[in-house]
Amino acid sequence: MFKIIKKEILNPTVTLMEIEAPLIAKKAEPGQFIILRTDVNGERIPLTIADFDREKGTVTIIYQIVGATTEKLNHLSVGESLLDFTGPLGTASHTENLKKVAVVGGGVGCAIAYPIAKKLYAQGSTVHSIVGFRSSELVILQNEFENVSDKYILMSDDGTAGEKGLVTDALKALLDAGEKYDEVIAIGPLVMMKFVCALTKEYGVKTVVSMNPIMIDGTGMCGGCRLSVGGETKFACVDGPDFDGHLVDFAEAMARSAMYKPQEREAHEKACNLFKEVK
Amino acid sequence: MPNMSLKKNEMPTQQPEIRNKNFAEVATGYSEEQVLDEAARCLACKNKPCVKGCPVGIDITAFIAKINEKDYEGAYQKITEQSSLPAVCGRVCPQESQCEKFCVRGVKGESVAIGRLERFVADRHNENATEAPEKPIHNGHRAAIIGSGPSGLTCAGELAKRGYEVTVFEALHLAGGVLVYGIPEFRLPKKIVGKEIETLKQLGVKVETDMVIGKILSVDELFDQGFEAVFIGSGAGLPSFMNIPGENLKGVYSANEFLTRVNLMKAYLPESDTPIQQAKRVAVVGGGNVAMDAARCAKRLGAEEVYIVYRRSLDELPARKEEVEHVGEEGIIFKLLNNPTEILGDQNGFVSGIRCVEMELGEPDASGRRRPVVKKGSEFELDVDCVIMSIGTSPNPLIKSTTEGLETQKWGGIIADEVTGQTSREGVFAGGDAVTGAATVILAMGAGKAAANAMDEYIQKKV
Repeated sequence: MFKIIKKEILNPTVTLMEIEAPLIAKKAEPGQFIILRTDVNGERIPLTIADFDREKGTVTIIYQIVGATTEKLNHLSVGESLLDFTGPLGTASHTENLKKVAVVGGGVGCAIAYPIAKKLYAQGSTVHSIVGFRSSELVILQNEFENVSDKYILMSDDGTAGEKGLVTDALKALLDAGEKYDEVIAIGPLVMMKFVCALTKEYGVKTVVSMNPIMIDGTGMCGGCRLSVGGETKFACVDGPDFDGHLVDFAEAMARSAMYKPQEREAHEKACNLFKEVK
Repeated sequence: MPNMSLKKNEMPTQQPEIRNKNFAEVATGYSEEQVLDEAARCLACKNKPCVKGCPVGIDITAFIAKINEKDYEGAYQKITEQSSLPAVCGRVCPQESQCEKFCVRGVKGESVAIGRLERFVADRHNENATEAPEKPIHNGHRAAIIGSGPSGLTCAGELAKRGYEVTVFEALHLAGGVLVYGIPEFRLPKKIVGKEIETLKQLGVKVETDMVIGKILSVDELFDQGFEAVFIGSGAGLPSFMNIPGENLKGVYSANEFLTRVNLMKAYLPESDTPIQQAKRVAVVGGGNVAMDAARCAKRLGAEEVYIVYRRSLDELPARKEEVEHVGEEGIIFKLLNNPTEILGDQNGFVSGIRCVEMELGEPDASGRRRPVVKKGSEFELDVDCVIMSIGTSPNPLIKSTTEGLETQKWGGIIADEVTGQTSREGVFAGGDAVTGAATVILAMGAGKAAANAMDEYIQKKV
């Protein structure tokens, strides 16, 4: 069993959990993910590893409550355990030979962007972090990012935190000011990654995105996570989750991610009602 | 005096129009009366031709003789001398091309229903067994098994019986491999798989789930942990697609994904959180047992029309004859000599149809089957909202890519000695679909068993 060591509410819909999983902690690298299940009827959901502590033997996950599983997860407390916690899955993010990088994070995607920024900073790369949220109460990991960034730019849709605007506005301003990046790493909602890629393509800057499609096993078995990259079908779970953003077919990825939206909503409502009844 | 009836006792089954709406087992099993009547058909041939058709070498005439004495537990013990999963094999083995193929009674009439007898004996044991099998005395040696499918479980069982401390590592949250994620409940109840695994645990086998070897631990680290030999039975899990337009539309599944959602995740139960599309009209592409399973699941999930689209004719269908018959009875429509060329989508990216061409059979190809060729101008569209691709799988590269010196075929199969399962790495053995590509449960079990023998020999030689 995988014990919850720490639980921290980061904002009204986003929670951080530290899970006891020493074997995974020993192998985990930024960019990789885990698959968890809360209970015997639970769905298997993938979550990217937000941090890990090899000494303590813990893996940190940060999740947004969107469906039944994350709702159930959020009702667990410190000391309780997850039924299943499998990983580390997927290939690690490539950070070698990157001297100067812009790390772009959107919303809960910052949870995934953070360990990559941390690794880059630790290896001596120059890190410019551009993070965006809808508004101030949703901002997460500000201190963490500031500690591993040479430049930290906070953007919000409504201007209540940092500057008003989109992450693409900030990135464009930096590129226009003559900043030269070896790579842009963009992690966030599909639509954000799509627009970051459209921008960087114009500027000819290599861009890596982290994809988080629907999957079941996470080992290449179901093929549910397939996406088109440069006209080829790839499995995000084993070939990714990082891909060259300029080659990803975002329209298709967005369509596929909405496959079970109605069922997800229904299942979430069902889970919420269940918890209400329990109360 | 043997029962000289030319026909085998018919297997009682749920009525097709009832069973195609539920997930309960289709074949309900022989009664004791039927079992005794059927067992009496065995001529107890001295040279036991049936045994040479069994990949794990069960002493078939001996266990049937025990049935004739009404010693069902004795019959069970005879079977388990050679097989670790009798209740599974009695259900899913293609007996018609193995033991029963060589049965003398089959020369004139139908062969003895060996599989059905095996199933009865195993079920009877599982229902009545109260005491755990005796745990063998530990011989001080350790072996690791990667994958808890048929080959891994068999290998584990064989080694445990010889006193090895065996740990099975399973990537998913539940042990059983294809027996739990692939083969549906109505053909192989999961309770039965669970029971067989429980029996192995009673023999001392440890099962560790949620362990993706190649990720959390490498094969080399298993040796570092003190395992003296490693068996790789990681199966052929990677689904193939046709590479035709529209394959990434919503509503296109690999058979693996579809079956996993249904069988492992139980998406058809209201209490399960795992979603599955509520499809009305489904096309399953392919003609193997997996395609049949997927089609029958789709029907049970409530689809009105289910098609099996297969590019060759009925004679070439690779699925078991019995399964093909069941499929037909359940109202599933065969679209034979048809091949998809494109999957069509609506404006929201969901499947709206499948474009096919008609085929005709030409000259035999390398597989010996007549090669299908496209009939000119035969294009047509089938109105479907779900397409399940069941055109094969290939071995998972996870272990190969993380195990230095482990040689594989170009298509990904691990290169292993046909007799011993020995790979290019010392102390590492492999078997089942990971070596052969997608095949049957019993062949994988045969390989697991052979590898167990070789691993035993290897470890004992080193001592």
